[in-house]
Amino acid sequence: MALNRKVAFIDLTTGEINIKPIPLEVRKKFLGGRGLDAYLLYNYAKKGCDPLGPDNALIISGGILTATCASATARTHVMAKSPLSGLLGSANMGGFFAPEMAWAGFHHLVITGKAEKPVYLFLHNGEIEIKDAANVWGKTTTETQWAIRKELGDEEVKACVIGPAGENLVTFANVMTGVKNAAGRTGMGAVMGSKNLKAVAARGTLDINIAHPKEAFEFNKRFIDQITSAKVNQTQGTLGTPFIWGATNSWGGLRTQNFQYNQLEYADDIEPERIDEIATETIGPYHMTGCFGCQVHCRAQYRIPTGPYAGKYDEGPEYTSQGAFGAEIGCRSAETVLAGNHLVDQYGMDNLETGSLISWAMELYEEGIIDDKQTDGLDLRFGNDEVALEMVRKIAYREGFVADALADGGIPASKKFGKNSFDYLIQVKGMSNLHSDERATPALALNIATASRGSDHLRSRPAIDLYHLPEKVLRKIYSSPIPYDGPLSSEHTSYEGKPWQVFWQENVYMGVDCLGICKYHTTFLGATLPNFEDWPKVLYYNTGLEFTPEELWTIAERCNMMERLFNLREGLKRNDPEKGDVLNHRYHDEPCRRGAPDVIGRVIEKDKFDKMVDEFYKYKGLDKNGRPTKTTLKRLGLEEEPSRLL
Amino acid sequence: MAKALQINHEKCTGCRLCELVCAVGHDGISNPIRSRIRVMKWEQEGVYIPMACQQCQDAPCLHGCPVGAISRNDVTATVEVDYEVCIGCRTCVSVCPFGGMSFNHIDNKVIKCDLCEGDPQCVRFCEVHAVEFVESADVSISKKRVAAERLYTADKKANALEAKAA
Repeated sequence: MALNRKVAFIDLTTGEINIKPIPLEVRKKFLGGRGLDAYLLYNYAKKGCDPLGPDNALIISGGILTATCASATARTHVMAKSPLSGLLGSANMGGFFAPEMAWAGFHHLVITGKAEKPVYLFLHNGEIEIKDAANVWGKTTTETQWAIRKELGDEEVKACVIGPAGENLVTFANVMTGVKNAAGRTGMGAVMGSKNLKAVAARGTLDINIAHPKEAFEFNKRFIDQITSAKVNQTQGTLGTPFIWGATNSWGGLRTQNFQYNQLEYADDIEPERIDEIATETIGPYHMTGCFGCQVHCRAQYRIPTGPYAGKYDEGPEYTSQGAFGAEIGCRSAETVLAGNHLVDQYGMDNLETGSLISWAMELYEEGIIDDKQTDGLDLRFGNDEVALEMVRKIAYREGFVADALADGGIPASKKFGKNSFDYLIQVKGMSNLHSDERATPALALNIATASRGSDHLRSRPAIDLYHLPEKVLRKIYSSPIPYDGPLSSEHTSYEGKPWQVFWQENVYMGVDCLGICKYHTTFLGATLPNFEDWPKVLYYNTGLEFTPEELWTIAERCNMMERLFNLREGLKRNDPEKGDVLNHRYHDEPCRRGAPDVIGRVIEKDKFDKMVDEFYKYKGLDKNGRPTKTTLKRLGLEEEPSRLL
Repeated sequence: MAKALQINHEKCTGCRLCELVCAVGHDGISNPIRSRIRVMKWEQEGVYIPMACQQCQDAPCLHGCPVGAISRNDVTATVEVDYEVCIGCRTCVSVCPFGGMSFNHIDNKVIKCDLCEGDPQCVRFCEVHAVEFVESADVSISKKRVAAERLYTADKKANALEAKAA
């Protein structure tokens, strides 16, 4: 059954492999997936370790429900100390790897040390082999996967891999599986590369018994019906995440040309409908694809229609690629977005970070902070599509001064570029912001400033704050499973009640990440989707473990606190511009220049922002400096960390 | 009239939910090798094709079985395995041209699609209708329509081109 999946400790320096059961006590405290990863990271990554050194621990996992009879348990989670932020590294991807790993007998891998030469791991029915990766080193992400299948003589093998970017220690390199599923934030691919680990392949045929199969089966049907009946998921299933683009751009919530504007003008060619048209023309009317067991099928398939990469197959592009290769670098052509998306997938690097850092370099170039000599003569002005795509390649292979500096990440690069380049860097904790502009949405601004893995929309974003739901509806959502009678506002420009919403979402996202389920199956983009009230049933039917919604909420709080403890241990300080819960000064100083009337002129007011952070800390049980109080640690059973129960 | 499983692979998103519900529905256990339907994939091109027993009229497995364990049920239009008689020799696996007969190495028995007693769960769960359960007489009507539509579209395009040229 799910609960007998193992954790494997793999030391690549010595080649030692230690496979252990996961004690029930640990399950009850951290469930699995990201939550249990956080616990393992705190215990197994050495305090203050070099993120790219042998003392860092790379953890790869599935959730507690992975491959059980629950909906969309496709997510693979990857965690380590991040080379980009020096703090928590954490990234999550769909696809088919985690289920295969579970059928092979494993839920968590803790990989430490460094192999002498390139290797890959092969997990197969309870066993783990370390294999020579000489033949796949240097290959792109997909080439690597197909080559490993060929070498192992099994087309059913699933692998998560790094591409050239990971090998070259680009600090925002991805771990990837399939054509485009990417654990793509915080540079987990670089950590894998630093260990000389090219891939983890899995193939399994071990049973996962379901505790109450009949109930699990019928409940899953109900769950799926609830998920697919949500309008937002029907739209996702047709257009994918690009559907967000149109509304966000016309409203003025899109970070454009680094941070100069909040809307990309004349962007018809990258509207979701245009992307859909290309997918239809190049693949056919049924061009959406999905991850394991998921009926949302939010990923388009396409071939690049024209240009130097014409005919190349890929998937997506996600909203993030539209932003990275559209708005941020000021390009307006679908071809550039699709080609950029393809390149980052092949090299294995984060589309969001890549586009964002290139756009930062473009602003620096236009401002004269970096010059032609440093760019190897590349004209880095905004809207120069060809140069932007060339920069992607140069970053992956660390060619030239600017690209090599960018490959180190924004903050180290700002030290190399000097002058006031750091002021232009749109980051939190060293990680670039999504191409969204949060100046008109205090809730979203608080979210990116306090997210555990640095600037991010998938750790605590109350995205439904933009729907202007009636207060009564908001209260129903946000008062469960823990009663909340404080302020709530349907107004997205308000600062009222937002800290609670961010706190609530932080726990929901942690919950879903522990289960191993996709965020589109919970309260993220859809307000009516399952969360704490429904999860106890899924857990009980599939694993036999009994929890109340309140207990699950506490587990989520505990896991989030585990991440916080890791960050504090590695140097997070509330007001540190490089490692703090703060925003770039431009959020406070530069008003929005474009967009709807409720957006133009907006800034995040610094004093109100600080009050939001105070309030958010209060809900989390942190003091004014962002450190947990003794009472909080005791309440969450974390007063004795590292406890090494595993 | 008996119904048949109709697979429209071009609609398949490759999610493999059919495999999961087939395995859990039959055995109460999640494991793709327990599934009677399997999605074959070419991820590098985005091609996914669900494969299952075709319930052949003149079934090679039935003819190949040395102990006569396989028979055809004309009421349900399924080819059935009698496990009381089956000796587990896997001849049926060898002779099936579709890979429709599988071997579950955990229970050491051959397994195949039984149409879930007239309510195939893969069909019930597949929201995109890549797997459908249709009247045998209708198995090709939707294909005819799609093919006809291609002709119809081509015609329209040709007419438009002619009109433009004129």
